Amino acid sequence: MIDVSTPPATGPQAQKRGGRRVYRPNTKHIPVLATLALLVVMYSIGVYNYESFGDTQVFLNIFVDNAFLLVVAVGMTFVILTGGIDLSVGAVIALTTTVAATLLAAGWPAGVVLPLVLLIGTVMGLGMGAVIHFFKVEPFIATLAGMFLARGLALLIDRNSIPITNDFWTQMAQKRFRFDDGVFISLNVVIAAIVVLIAAIVLAWTRFGRNVYAIGGNADSALLMGLPVGRTRIAVYTLSGFCASLGGVLYSFYTSSGYSLHGQGLELDAIAAVVIGGVLLTGGSGYVLGTVLGVMVLGLIQTIITFQGDLNSWWTRIVVGVLLFAFIVLQRLVTRKAK
Amino acid sequence: MTSMLRHRLFWPAAVLVVLLASNLVFSNNFFTITLQDGHLYGSLIDILRRSAPLVLVALGMTLVIATGGIDLSVGSVMAISGALACLLIGDLSNPDAVGPVLLVVGAAIALCLVFGLWNGFLVAVLGIQPIIATLILMVAGRGVAQLITDGQILNVHSAPYRVIGAGYFLAVPVSFLIAAAAVGLTVALTRRTALGLLLESVGGSPTASRLAGIRSRRITIMVYVFAAAFAGVAGLIYSSDVSSADSNAAGNLIELNAILAVVLGGTALTGGRFSIAGSVLGAVIITTLDITAVSVGVPVETTLLFKAVVVIILCLAQSATFRAKVFGRFGTKRAEVPA
Repeated sequence: MIDVSTPPATGPQAQKRGGRRVYRPNTKHIPVLATLALLVVMYSIGVYNYESFGDTQVFLNIFVDNAFLLVVAVGMTFVILTGGIDLSVGAVIALTTTVAATLLAAGWPAGVVLPLVLLIGTVMGLGMGAVIHFFKVEPFIATLAGMFLARGLALLIDRNSIPITNDFWTQMAQKRFRFDDGVFISLNVVIAAIVVLIAAIVLAWTRFGRNVYAIGGNADSALLMGLPVGRTRIAVYTLSGFCASLGGVLYSFYTSSGYSLHGQGLELDAIAAVVIGGVLLTGGSGYVLGTVLGVMVLGLIQTIITFQGDLNSWWTRIVVGVLLFAFIVLQRLVTRKAK
Repeated sequence: MTSMLRHRLFWPAAVLVVLLASNLVFSNNFFTITLQDGHLYGSLIDILRRSAPLVLVALGMTLVIATGGIDLSVGSVMAISGALACLLIGDLSNPDAVGPVLLVVGAAIALCLVFGLWNGFLVAVLGIQPIIATLILMVAGRGVAQLITDGQILNVHSAPYRVIGAGYFLAVPVSFLIAAAAVGLTVALTRRTALGLLLESVGGSPTASRLAGIRSRRITIMVYVFAAAFAGVAGLIYSSDVSSADSNAAGNLIELNAILAVVLGGTALTGGRFSIAGSVLGAVIITTLDITAVSVGVPVETTLLFKAVVVIILCLAQSATFRAKVFGRFGTKRAEVPA
């Protein structure tokens, strides 16, 4: 018998947190709740063990230092929800920062450079999406080629780190929103928050968002239902390209430089954040909120390791690996139960 | 002519010929092979010697991909095996004795087998998607390698260890002989026994092969163990060649290059049919590409761009949909199955 009490993987109703009719805890929420619990536990451990860990600014710095990752991870969330993957995001960041820095150094106005670099990332995403859809090339391979292309272009433009001294860029980089004395967030955080908000709304309440979930659940069924599979699939890669280049802009605000080796391995961080945030890697299930929590977990690990002082940075990787394992097994258990 | 064009190795072979031919134009003594101090020297020998690690990794990757999986952790496994070997050799009282060095090599490969088992366990027993299951070790593995070397680059001075990567036997590079032996072993195992057939059937449909009485779980675990073992040997070759263990540089991006080699060789990422000759050819193409870039005088940093262009062209050439759309009858484009 078909288990009608469980929401189907493709059902858009299942994603609407507000309009849920079933009152028992939705299995789809378990990974996100687990991430939230983990976050609370980690934060408590930090506050308990280290002096001044509980400062509001320490918490806000997680966002200040990871705003670019958050934006990239939001784009990655869309791609992974359709069951794809985008390996090019780190390289697109490198390309964005390099192009921006080079053009600004050549005296181009910021008002031209900013839209231009965003356009470059978007067009790259569009191209990869088109190749994936029209020529049926695996997303893994197509975005791998995109990664080589973007990183190669960045290296071709300049292999050295270029400082950015443009007035607009410096202003944006130094812009702070202060609450109390000593408690502030940077402009990057505000931009990232806006991106998250828009993405969450799009995913939860628009036709495009539902199509994304439907394709991730089962692309063939989505096609048979008459959903615009091709258009949606190309759109998510375009979106991811845009988010990656926006992340690149934020990164260039954050570091005030353009460098062809920026963002190396960032695609892994973004994928890890999305997975830890409870998005199913086969697609079809997950929330932007989960991704935000995933990025916070990564940021918190770094913060704890910094506070601990005698731990080396490679512990970050090991801890992230262990967390990845734990969450993937959890996903496995949850999806098994759902079936 | 058409049957030759249709041969699965035609396109990769054509690329290799074009690459070699371009060397004929750009560098004068590319094809000269000389005998100095009982060693063969020349760019061609260099290609053979330098492609050994990639050939080994690509071999393991071919078997994994044949079962419909993928192994992202090979680079990390390379780093771990090199790190462990260098650490243990540094502790030897006499690093020039052959026996203990062999023991060390055995220990390093044994550790890699354990990692392979771990990957296989995650994929075959827990049923986690291969790309995700191996992502865990990819992220955590480099951390483990840095843990082994304590974040340092370990230098070793051991004559027998150096033979693995930089030595010559009967004027031929030892690393090439190791790779050739591995290729021979794999071909014998997969094409002279039923193993190859079983691999392809598991890749084609794990469920159907299980129903047909094939222990698909055991076969899946086996291919990951194979892949890790080959990656371990590749890691030893790499670290022996430079007489040190560098946890960051060893096997960096090699998983992508290996996947590229396999795809170039005509093995589809969806599993099923595989071509060992194709993967070896693919690995040699990628190494030749790197060496050609240097000899043609293309700046090193543009090699990536070069690679991206080749990947894009090859992927499109291999995509049956693309061929049908560009060269073929437009009416039948939907009927084609993607390569």
